[in-house]
Amino acid sequence: MSMETRAMSQALNTSLNIKSHVNHRKLIQKIGISILFLSLIITIFFLFIIVIFIAVRGTGVLNIEFLTAMPRKAMTQGGILPAILGTFYLSLGAVIFALPLGILTAIYLNEYAGANQLVRIIKMGINNLAGVPSIVFGLFGLAIFVKFFGFGVSLLSGSLTLAIMILPVIISTTVEALKSIPDSFREAGYGIGATKWQIVRGIILPAALPGILTGTILGIGRAAGETAPILFTAVTFFSRKLPKSILSEVQALPYHIYALVTEGTHPKEQIPIAYGSALVLLLLVLGLDLIAIIIRTRARKKKLW
Amino acid sequence: MVKVANINPPKIISTSLNTTSKCNKNNTRIKIEKLNVSFSKNHVLKNVTFNIKCNSITAIIGPSGCGKSTFIRCLNRMNDIIPSAQITGKIILDDIDIYDPNYEPYELRKKVGMVFQKPNPFPKSIIENLAFGLRIHGIKDKREIEKRVVSAIKSAALWDEVKDRLHDSAFSLSGGQQQRLCIARALAIEPEVILFDEPCSALDPISTAKIEDLMINLKQKYTIIIVTHNLQQAARISDYTGFLYLGKLIEFGETTKLFTAPKEKLTENYITGRFG
Repeated sequence: MSMETRAMSQALNTSLNIKSHVNHRKLIQKIGISILFLSLIITIFFLFIIVIFIAVRGTGVLNIEFLTAMPRKAMTQGGILPAILGTFYLSLGAVIFALPLGILTAIYLNEYAGANQLVRIIKMGINNLAGVPSIVFGLFGLAIFVKFFGFGVSLLSGSLTLAIMILPVIISTTVEALKSIPDSFREAGYGIGATKWQIVRGIILPAALPGILTGTILGIGRAAGETAPILFTAVTFFSRKLPKSILSEVQALPYHIYALVTEGTHPKEQIPIAYGSALVLLLLVLGLDLIAIIIRTRARKKKLW
Repeated sequence: MVKVANINPPKIISTSLNTTSKCNKNNTRIKIEKLNVSFSKNHVLKNVTFNIKCNSITAIIGPSGCGKSTFIRCLNRMNDIIPSAQITGKIILDDIDIYDPNYEPYELRKKVGMVFQKPNPFPKSIIENLAFGLRIHGIKDKREIEKRVVSAIKSAALWDEVKDRLHDSAFSLSGGQQQRLCIARALAIEPEVILFDEPCSALDPISTAKIEDLMINLKQKYTIIIVTHNLQQAARISDYTGFLYLGKLIEFGETTKLFTAPKEKLTENYITGRFG
């Protein structure tokens, strides 16, 4: 072989090598993307199945009467109004207690507490509290609110228990919302002679409000959907009347479903009602999440810093 | 000489007419005496002593990390926010040491306004950016607020550009306009001294020129101190220049003299671009 041909064949070889290397990398990339896509499809599949399953089983009983009437004939007929109202009151009560406390705590933690070891431990504790199983909150509520404070099994005890459960959610989302406000706003505030409180009240809070609202609504969604915290503190299997005071027992959607399925005496009539209730609960929570999403998107459009 | 801290800010007398009267005989506005600043163990400013003259522009130049920003933030006690900051020495404004424990930093910052490196308007409308500052200082009368807002925006040479959209978000303005809005925000509370911490470093040359013109106009009413990286800028607009190097004030004097015939070798090396 002459020098020339050798050089030519060498050049050809390297170019072939590069080509096969490129093909190899492309293949790996394709496999990678396919796995990611497949995971997504599986996730969506299960989510859809759940929603469709509940919707198909539940729509049969869904009508105006179902939403607005009292249960009749040992809960085999009629509506689920007391459960809807109960869930509404419980969530409302939880928010009334948890929102001011949570927001004020978050403001203190983020704006005033500084950055020492103790504050870090408290923040970590609050984040971990969000992961505590809800039945633990239920037992706590039974011991403290029902027994110790003597509120009994009531709307009040249930609301307080739910409030404590959603506090960490509200605190941590509020802290995140406050953290996302750039320090340059705080500096600008000091620069014009504002006090810390004037800065927090006049600049930081309004800017962080959409984030705080989002967190709150997600908290409400969680409060509305939970069974365990209200199991020993607020709910009753069946009541003939709507709750009269904050010390009344209430019915609630999640527990209503549980009770119909496990303790019902007429499964034939009651199981469809359970699915109907599940559908109502699902729509309620999805609706709340939708509101949160709308607030967040609107705020993002306005946010320009 | 202890000033009693005011809980309610006193009614502000329009300073636009009588700022010059606040100058004393030798025209000194601020006296800085043996100013030392350290953050934890890092000694940032060392024995800085000089006087700032009334109705003039004083530029502070020096390489990055020399303590320029730390210095200017001493003048309105912005360093108070940093817990590790230790400040000794005196800064005397109107015969009172602003580091006197009885001196309220909030009152000081009303007198000594500040414009920052990056434009940082509040996430509010253009008009609210200024009105907020007035309200926190106790001005509630709507007409008074509006009057002051308009006059401050005019003073900041921004009126023609924003008069039709005062209720739009401040972030709808360009960077240069935002910076002039920040200047207007500082002007609205009628300070006597204005600090500029590298106000043009995030702006294009045209916006920079506008802000430089504005500063030259403002010095008729206000005492201006500017920190800048840009030597040409210091030469163009300032009356006095101080050169800071490694926390020490190497030289201070009239800008023309400092730039044409510096006394110190270090100054000469810096302004001729041999280091920095």
